[in-house]
Amino acid sequence: MRWMFVGIIVAATAAGEVLQAAGMRRHGEVRDFRPSAIGRAMTALARNGFVIAAVAAMAVAFFANLGLLSVADLSFAVPATAITCVLETVLAKYVLKERVNGLRWVGASLVICGVALVSQ
Amino acid sequence: MTQEAARLRLKTRLFAPVVVLSGVLGNYFMKRGMPATLSFPLDYITVLFRPYVALGVLLLVFWLLTRMALLSWADLSYVVPVTSVGYALTALAGQVFLHETIDWKRWAGIGLIVAGVALVGAGTDARTFPAKQAETRR
Repeated sequence: MRWMFVGIIVAATAAGEVLQAAGMRRHGEVRDFRPSAIGRAMTALARNGFVIAAVAAMAVAFFANLGLLSVADLSFAVPATAITCVLETVLAKYVLKERVNGLRWVGASLVICGVALVSQ
Repeated sequence: MTQEAARLRLKTRLFAPVVVLSGVLGNYFMKRGMPATLSFPLDYITVLFRPYVALGVLLLVFWLLTRMALLSWADLSYVVPVTSVGYALTALAGQVFLHETIDWKRWAGIGLIVAGVALVGAGTDARTFPAKQAETRR
């Protein structure tokens, strides 16, 4: 049961974060953090198709996370879902066309190995 | 390092801890308020009104918004490993506050996660996509 929740969380989170990154890149760098500027940014983001799809995917991940937290330890639930690091790094390179250099691959690989140990 | 890269690195170093802490605390409070089982679909809604779960949800909404802001100037392939230290901190929160067991394997894993985060955070620039592209809609 808990691995089914992990699978749903991983797929939905990876999709959601790639969509978020694409949406925020389209929106542009957030530089102004005054309340009125944040309000304008939120209005613009509410019309951003990538961000809307990202929020929907993150909502799926959120409810699956609720289910997982009800059946598993916190120290298992959160680290186990970190396998999204792999998917997201690959998607960042091939979908978002980011320059993923050697250090990032090594860093992400260390994180993945760490996650594998933590989630045992 | 260019002035622009240094500016983004500083901004990222201010934002990343906020993202990490809100995620860790959000998950901790959700777990703290969670009942032993969620048997029926309606339970997934009613549980949101428990005080600790509601606090956790608010923190996770804040986490989502700050992470979105971070992604507006930093690469996903940078943000993901750098904020992964949250996985280790969440495991620690489980041990310290919820008295969950962490054996040597988990500690070794936490060490690897921190090493990976340090490598990406210190060794690469936050953004590799062109600044012009990031500001086209401003």
